[in-house]
Amino acid sequence: MIRVKDPGFLTTVQDRGRYGFSHLGISPAGAADALSFRLANLLVGNDENAPAIEMTLFGATMEFDEPAVIAVTGAECSIATDGTQASCARALSIASGSVLRFGRMMNGARAYLAFQGGLDVPLVMGSASTHLAAGFGGFEGRALRKGDVLRIGNRNGLRPRALPPNKLPSLDFTSPVTLRVTRGVQQDWFGSDVFATFFSTEFSVTDQSGRTGLRLRGERIVPKNSSQLLTDGIPLGAVQIPEDANPIILFVDQQTTGGYPKIANVIAADMQRVGQLRPRDRLRFSEVSVEEAVQLLRTQELWLKEIFEGE
Amino acid sequence: MKLLRASDSSLLVQFGDVVAPEFHERVLALFRSLLTERDARIRNLHPAYASLLIDFDPLHMTHDELSERVRRLSDMKPRANDVTERLVTIQVCYDAEFGLDLADVAAYHSISIEEVVRLHTSVTYLVYFLGFSPGFAYLGGLAEKLQTPRLATPRTSVPAGSVGIAGNQTGVYPLDSPGGWRIIGRTPLTMFDKSATPPSRLQTGDRVQFTAVPRSSFDEMVQSAQQKEK
Repeated sequence: MIRVKDPGFLTTVQDRGRYGFSHLGISPAGAADALSFRLANLLVGNDENAPAIEMTLFGATMEFDEPAVIAVTGAECSIATDGTQASCARALSIASGSVLRFGRMMNGARAYLAFQGGLDVPLVMGSASTHLAAGFGGFEGRALRKGDVLRIGNRNGLRPRALPPNKLPSLDFTSPVTLRVTRGVQQDWFGSDVFATFFSTEFSVTDQSGRTGLRLRGERIVPKNSSQLLTDGIPLGAVQIPEDANPIILFVDQQTTGGYPKIANVIAADMQRVGQLRPRDRLRFSEVSVEEAVQLLRTQELWLKEIFEGE
Repeated sequence: MKLLRASDSSLLVQFGDVVAPEFHERVLALFRSLLTERDARIRNLHPAYASLLIDFDPLHMTHDELSERVRRLSDMKPRANDVTERLVTIQVCYDAEFGLDLADVAAYHSISIEEVVRLHTSVTYLVYFLGFSPGFAYLGGLAEKLQTPRLATPRTSVPAGSVGIAGNQTGVYPLDSPGGWRIIGRTPLTMFDKSATPPSRLQTGDRVQFTAVPRSSFDEMVQSAQQKEK
């Protein structure tokens, strides 16, 4: 058992997301930085989709009532086990009775904590992800609180894996970040001058940003006409332009449909970077073709697949 | 029909750009065909008024491959008796306690509160799609005499079960959530239950009939729903 002594800023149970329910208005939720999440699970020897913990901006403090094997990935943050500093991106053995204390995220916004055996939480619609707005999934459908008790799943037969030193992930989330995008469905709503502004502006992430979306501030992005868009489906990572002309990147807990024009869409391979953006971080958009975007995703998948080869 | 690459992992199928039954019928037919096929490479379907967004796994499917399938499915004429249309009855208590904006809506149209209730319960609505939040159904068919603009300032919290109107749409808030629709009543029915299959009472393509119930029936229904939960 693991006791939450301090939940930190926003700590939730997540997996890769809940798919197949968008037509009921249910967005996938899931790890905001899915790549770091999967890596944490692989390091402890889990299936890459095992339920794990996502911590935001400021980490949690937990007490272990049993020995455990864990891995921490994602944003750089200090980890102290009973006063000793522990390191990231490798499996760690935790003795029963230990207290694990995560500090402030220094580089990036979210850290992932995976447990060998995964977390034992009920699946809702096939997923362990916490859907915060609807209050279901994960641990009782909400962020963790002080006093919560988590159970670790069965870890029989699981062996931790080590990353070869030269394969350590370069998780550079230093601002300004470049997010690669393809053009959005309503690209015709924006003139070439507006696209030029969109691609040359350094936007900043506002405080009104989180798992539902990231509100940006920079040059205003104004559509050619002021006509109303008929509501349609919103893809993950869509960059929509609301009435105030400040772009919003729709994220994992997004609305499934909406009525604002979409100028661009963050590519799948860069979604994990969105999950590491913090308020006041700066970012730029750069354009790639759909073909390039798919190729970049293939390369990323291959990297994750091959990373443990030759261990 | 227009096929647009909405992202590297999704395709938007546009049948039109206005709310019209003929466009929605095509959305519904394609949505149902894809749902029936259960292709694991298709991760999510987002039907809307006149379009369907298809989210897929780009590592195992291409836009071209999916476009071809969409064209093939759209060419097929949906048979009339393929799907039985569901009519869902939703009981609503239109008491002032629940209908926070009932008096304002009546005043806006210079009609009585009784007339608002009569107009709202005299039509069968169509579920165009679900969106906004889990289980929130956009219903079309609101009487012209009830069409009212949204609140200038949305409420930070609207109780689950609240029945609202906005423009030419009406709907029921399935969960406690913020909202800017004008609230005219409340249903005792559970609209969204995460443990039920399917979790949402309303589905895209359903027909909906509201019926007025007195406060006593509302309380009884809430009680029996709570007992069922235990």
